[in-house]
Amino acid sequence: MSEHVHRDDFGARLGMWLFLVTEIVLFGGLFIGYSYMRYKYPVEFHHGGAELNATLGVINTLVLLTSSLTVVLAIVAIQRAEKKQAMVFLGTTLALGLTFLVIKSFEWAAKFHHGLYPNAPHLGTLPPGEQVFFGLYFTMTGLHGLHVIVGLSLLSVMLWWVATDRIRADRYIHLENSGLYWHLVDVIWIFLLPLFYLAA
Amino acid sequence: MNEHAEHSLEHADHPGYGTFIKVWVALLILTGALVGVSHLGQTYAVWGLLTLTPLKAGLVFYFFMHLKYEGPLLKIVVLVTLGTLLIFFALLFSDVAFH
Repeated sequence: MSEHVHRDDFGARLGMWLFLVTEIVLFGGLFIGYSYMRYKYPVEFHHGGAELNATLGVINTLVLLTSSLTVVLAIVAIQRAEKKQAMVFLGTTLALGLTFLVIKSFEWAAKFHHGLYPNAPHLGTLPPGEQVFFGLYFTMTGLHGLHVIVGLSLLSVMLWWVATDRIRADRYIHLENSGLYWHLVDVIWIFLLPLFYLAA
Repeated sequence: MNEHAEHSLEHADHPGYGTFIKVWVALLILTGALVGVSHLGQTYAVWGLLTLTPLKAGLVFYFFMHLKYEGPLLKIVVLVTLGTLLIFFALLFSDVAFH
């Protein structure tokens, strides 16, 4: 048996992109649904948006944009064989991702406290358009939140692999692909901010 | 083999930290602009949403997701997907318009 190890980094990136486009279509369907419902219930969506905390939405946007930057900087560091730098950048990304989730959980907790959660009795007394707004809000930010958790899990493994030299200057496709996933999570949030938090 | 040659060639000249930091600054400025226009009224807010948001997403796709440094295949994959979504969007709203 020879020691030849087959590697196809382009193929790996193509595979990741093909997966990512299915994610784009998944969220795209929800965005199209949102557009129709907003067209149908403009006033109710305006009221729904006013209930949300725009400041927290904007802070979370800055947190995610910065975490996207640190992932891409971690890749630059690995390309230059600056292992410590790469670990610092990845660690920062993980910290920012956790910050996003903490802010999000405070936000959801406040909504729950006001009787706004799926199938809540109070929600049932609101006009149908507002029920649709909060239904979409919880579905879309919830699905996005799950993606943040998956992304953080992947990036934690990447940090471990950088630490143990499984990811090196000559071999970092796993880090690149995990980074691609994290950026897509960021792009989805870029759309969620104006659709929900700035809708008022 | 060809793919490998291409890969090492393309990775021979990687963008540095500076490029990505500039893109990040642009993203922060665009976010500020988006929040700003959302306070100017409904029309401005909708136009801000339709122009600034895709621009931000485009910057992330093009620079952070390295599409700028990829060959045509990955670019086509993404464009076909976005085109498909746009067609579905247009079909839905053409249906809504005639109801």
